[in-house]
Amino acid sequence: MTRFRLPTWFVLLLPAIIVLVAVVLIPLVLSLYSSFTPYRLTRPESLYKWIGTFNYEKAVKSAHFWAAFGRTVLLLTIALNLEMLMGLGLALLVNRVTYGQRALRTLMMFPMMFSPVLVGFQFKFIFNDNVGLVNNALQSLGLTDVAIPWLVDGKLAFMSILAAEMWSSTSVFAILILAGLFAVPRDPIEAAKVDGCTPWQSFRHITLPYIMPFIYIALAIRSLDVARAYDIVQIMTNGGPARRTELLWTMIGRTGYVDAKMGYANAMGYISIFLAIFFTIYFFRKLNAARTELGMAG
Amino acid sequence: MAQVHLRNVVKKYGQLQVVHGINLEIEDNEFVVLVGPSGCGKSTTLRMIAGLEDISGGEVGIGDRVVNDLPPRSRNISMVFQNYALYPHMTVRENLGFSLKIAKRPEAEIEQAVDEAAGILSLTEYLDRKPGALSGGQRQRVAMGRAIVRHPDVFLFDEPLSNLDAKLRTQMRTEIKKLHQKVKSTIVYVTHDQVEAMTLADRIVIMRDGHIEQVGTPLEVFEKPANTFVATFIGSPPMNLLDGQVQSGKIALDGGPSVSIPEQSRGKVQDGQAVILGFRADNLMPVGHSMPMPGEHSELGMTVNLSEPLGTETLLFGTLAGKEVQAKMLHPRPVAPGERLEFQLDLTRCHLFDAKTQQSLG
Ligand SMILES: Nc1ncnc2c1ncn2[C@@H]1O[C@H](COP(=O)(O)OP(=O)(O)OP(=O)(O)O)[C@@H](O)[C@H]1O
Ligand SMILES: [Mg+2]
Repeated sequence: MTRFRLPTWFVLLLPAIIVLVAVVLIPLVLSLYSSFTPYRLTRPESLYKWIGTFNYEKAVKSAHFWAAFGRTVLLLTIALNLEMLMGLGLALLVNRVTYGQRALRTLMMFPMMFSPVLVGFQFKFIFNDNVGLVNNALQSLGLTDVAIPWLVDGKLAFMSILAAEMWSSTSVFAILILAGLFAVPRDPIEAAKVDGCTPWQSFRHITLPYIMPFIYIALAIRSLDVARAYDIVQIMTNGGPARRTELLWTMIGRTGYVDAKMGYANAMGYISIFLAIFFTIYFFRKLNAARTELGMAG
Repeated sequence: MAQVHLRNVVKKYGQLQVVHGINLEIEDNEFVVLVGPSGCGKSTTLRMIAGLEDISGGEVGIGDRVVNDLPPRSRNISMVFQNYALYPHMTVRENLGFSLKIAKRPEAEIEQAVDEAAGILSLTEYLDRKPGALSGGQRQRVAMGRAIVRHPDVFLFDEPLSNLDAKLRTQMRTEIKKLHQKVKSTIVYVTHDQVEAMTLADRIVIMRDGHIEQVGTPLEVFEKPANTFVATFIGSPPMNLLDGQVQSGKIALDGGPSVSIPEQSRGKVQDGQAVILGFRADNLMPVGHSMPMPGEHSELGMTVNLSEPLGTETLLFGTLAGKEVQAKMLHPRPVAPGERLEFQLDLTRCHLFDAKTQQSLG
């Protein structure tokens, strides 16, 4: 009598399969399923009521959702562009430094070492209208004598959040672009000089194509980062005042945990993920194109 | 088209001085080759002319301008780099036209210049490829094409052929020579290959350790080497050098026979002076297998240790005055190692150097 035995490859893969199913597949399926129910954390039995695409329709029709969506895309666009330009500038400057460059590079990474929650608190203090650093400085310098409501006015609050984001993450660009600059060969640049290029022209025509792949990697990483931005905003404004700085994930977080409407929150989450996926695919396409340009793609 | 001059040009890297006050006048349309062993400062000198290295001292001029403080783009030069330095993200066409595009020339003119250069260098069928999809020789031609489209005042070449295989190198050497005849221009060409130097140059500049050892036409440096370094560096096989002393109007080779003093050196040596006698393999030939030597010559016996038949002639290796010596045999017959032959040394073609200064005494 032969006993049934599982194939060896399956036995060997089993631990990995179990872990993956437990931590990835089950939550994924469960959350996807719950987005088709009126699931509320406070009423567990609501998980078993199927309401079809009701949550999705609700989200798509919700002005609040689209406002948060738009605001997230806006923050993403502005933050990424400014961070890219500043990171590029920073990297070019640091690349010029010959003495103490290592120390500078380490220093440059400091903002990345702080938890975004702490960055949020710090900037909440800096932009506080009564005791904040910015208002104090402006008032001491005599530039203004009113307390500017940095975190209360919608536009100003958006800018304050932008400032915090940029402070904490410009160095991601700077570091990656610096790595790119290190990889630029000297010869074509010298050839360009001889061919009549000004420093700006050699940068534009030779250096930039070389560092484009690095810029796209940084953009891809940061677009995911900003698309899921939560902590800094949550701390600084809590999406407020009156939803004026609400981003996708602060809204989803509130809907899920404060209002306890987990089914609806999950539905919005799934829509938002497409945003992230879209940007990732977009930047990786660009990355591959840039690499093909340089003859680097396999 | 322009002359180039270097006056007391010095290059220092920090405390380390690598070029020690070079003087050189290059004529309009002249093909000058800088040659010397690795690390002697050829590239550094070339890069100072190009403006890619700062000049630590002295003066570099192109045309009637001193260019010490001009950036490369203002010097109207073209340079071909040792590893080509093509722009990898541009097609061959874009590589060739890049300098003209930067100079904001009209499209039509760029296209015409690119087509012309591609024609000269047989690159027409590769115009739309990127450098990554070209062979070494093709890349080399692109690098050259990039240099010629601009019609610069001066071409600078830094060992452009050293990455090519032997056959391609010979072929490209001829191409460069033709190119110089077609596109009249001043060329400064760096190489460490003396054959390349001899075949290409109007004038050769032989460098060692940041100094110029000799400047002259290929024949001059071959026939009248200024010192023992040039004598051994130029020509293949290298010149034989034997130590000796002047004794009563003859040269007594150390531990060997005596030969007469070559005519051109007579009166320039004193009795007892330590000297070095130099002669090429072509001027030491076995009796009966030699060129006619109508002038003065000495006869020497030498045992042959090794022979290398080359077809029309055979290279013979032996020992004279304690040194290994190479000789040539015309209309060769087989020579067994250990065979002793009588040789004729053509004294009219011998060189005498001072043993202390290593400088020529002729
Ligand atoms: N950046 C530098 N710092 C210090 N020394 C340098 C530097 N660049 C070159 N050198 C030195 O300068 C000398 C001349 O170098 P150069 O490149 O001109 O030699 P070369 O004649 O072109 O040799 P090769 O035939 O090997 O190319 C060498 O001894 C080299 O070590
Ligand atoms: Mg060199």
